[in-house]
Amino acid sequence: MEFFIEVLTGGLLAGVMYSLVAIGFVLIYKASGIFNFAQGAMVLFAALTFVSLQELGLPFWIALLATLAIMILLALGVERTVLRPLVNRSPIILFMATLGLSYIIEGLAQLLWGAQVHGLDLGIADEPFIVGGIFLSQFDLFAAAIAAVLVVSLSLLFNKTRLGLSLRAVADDPLAALSVGIRLQQIWVAVWAAAGFVSLVAGLLWGARLGVQFSLSLVVLKALPVLIIGGFSSIAGAIVGGLIVGATEKLAEVYVGPLIGGGIENWFPYLLATLFLLVRPAGLFGERAIERV
Amino acid sequence: MLFSQAGQFSTHYGQDRRVFRLKADRWSVGTLLVFAFVGVPLLGNDYWFSAILIPFLVLSLAGLGLNLLTGYAGQLSLGAAAFMAVGAFAAYNFQLRIPGIPVLLSFVLGGVTAGLLGIFFGLPSLRIKGFYLIVSTLAAQFLIPWVFTKFGWFSNYNTSGVITAPKLEILGIDFDSPVGRYLLTLAIVVTLTLFALNLVRGSVGRNWMAVRDMDTAAAVIGIPLTRTKLLAFAISSFYLGIAGALWAFTYLGTVEPHGFDLSRSFQVLFIIILGGLGSILGNFLGAAFIVLLPILMTNLSDFFFGSSIDPGHLENLRKILFGALTVLFLVKEPEGLARLWHRMRERAGVWPLRY
Repeated sequence: MEFFIEVLTGGLLAGVMYSLVAIGFVLIYKASGIFNFAQGAMVLFAALTFVSLQELGLPFWIALLATLAIMILLALGVERTVLRPLVNRSPIILFMATLGLSYIIEGLAQLLWGAQVHGLDLGIADEPFIVGGIFLSQFDLFAAAIAAVLVVSLSLLFNKTRLGLSLRAVADDPLAALSVGIRLQQIWVAVWAAAGFVSLVAGLLWGARLGVQFSLSLVVLKALPVLIIGGFSSIAGAIVGGLIVGATEKLAEVYVGPLIGGGIENWFPYLLATLFLLVRPAGLFGERAIERV
Repeated sequence: MLFSQAGQFSTHYGQDRRVFRLKADRWSVGTLLVFAFVGVPLLGNDYWFSAILIPFLVLSLAGLGLNLLTGYAGQLSLGAAAFMAVGAFAAYNFQLRIPGIPVLLSFVLGGVTAGLLGIFFGLPSLRIKGFYLIVSTLAAQFLIPWVFTKFGWFSNYNTSGVITAPKLEILGIDFDSPVGRYLLTLAIVVTLTLFALNLVRGSVGRNWMAVRDMDTAAAVIGIPLTRTKLLAFAISSFYLGIAGALWAFTYLGTVEPHGFDLSRSFQVLFIIILGGLGSILGNFLGAAFIVLLPILMTNLSDFFFGSSIDPGHLENLRKILFGALTVLFLVKEPEGLARLWHRMRERAGVWPLRY
């Protein structure tokens, strides 16, 4: 039983890491209805930029702020070159555009900073300690705390500020938002910049765990089932989805994996998400789509 | 005026319904086919056959398969390579387990196996649509190569999961030389393309397009959604399966499950975006582009900078270029290279006048 709880908590904490990536998706999807495939590339780009700046000798906070500034510039560029010309096009077209965008950002990141693996030390020991007979990772707890702070501040942003009000207005009905004088372009830049910030945080945590390297851009794929289960448009859903995916994939790997040869972590979340979709097509917290002919 | 549409009247319904209604089209397609079947084998060399023409043809076929699903029926898929893998491994196993089975039959059976699996992974499309479908196709993309790697039975217990091409012999004629493999691939691709051309202008294709444009509306006017969507998945996967078998046996010769990973799926997706969604011709243009661009870039950089450019940089530049071209095409010409071609044709019809 103790072993079960240990696997479960380990999985839940790993799930928090998935949620961090998924939150970036949700931000952009909520405000512009775009499924941003480039989120993973942004995670890679942010982490690589930060590490390379640090290796150039910049102190932690300066490097962090500089990377943030670069992510904001990236948001401006994306809005100008991709979002604005493609306004009002079908979601599938926009999705494919972000697929192209992810290639550009990945190529750019590696062209600028090289393709070798960088170590990243955030000063938190990745050592397990014991609570009530269960091994817990200090690093995972730290990541969970960061995620909690992020979620609280994002929900404050959405619910208590003027910017959040306009974000929700745009998400609800872009045309109505335009007609009451909300500037769509500024909202997009703001939301892509926020997603850039989230991907920086996710990139740092994932980078410290795996090393900063190309495979970081693949965490985007793990965030997909998280989004499906949680629903595309809910931050709370991203967290719950992350926890479900993290816990079930670890449990499945430990208890089902040995029966069919192991390594099932790679595809299990997708299968789970597909089965989930068959029962609840809009996810746990997603909005039910209503169609008119 | 390079060709004329004037004076070509249809006097029977049959004439009006032809795939190539214009005389100029029939002539140019006929000439092209004769050239491809007779001229190219005489003129080309082994490098052209093995490194350019065969991958071009196979990728065109793969693009065609995905285009039927995504471009015509509107179902987004990131699992193209998985169905290619199914086609390759199934064809290999039919060869292995049934002694004396004809090569072509094993290809067809490989395609049919891929088609059946396509139906299975297409089942979620009945409940969900749009982006959500990405996940169920991704499930196929990760699950299927894993199965081929994990269970040795599929690769006849080869230690690294590699399968090797059988001897390509049809009706006693040996197709193992580069020219032979080119001709075999060409014949299969041409046959399947003609079939697809007929498919998309018939009731099946019209149903697909109605579902693509709005599936609720399609259901309202009485198009059976279940059958239409699953048929799209089945036929698309059949094409991808055949393409996978060709990729393994006429292009590479040996292949491992890893050769059909996610980046291969993206490659096929890029072909149909660049070539043109909902176009048969576009797949060929897109595939030609994607095969030729890397070769062109390598040659250009060799020419201008010698070998001073790091191949890693070149790879990254290529990635950036592909991404930028994708975005550019989606912004400027969402119907892709095929639309550019049609515009050129219209120009040629009135040349040298402007209109």
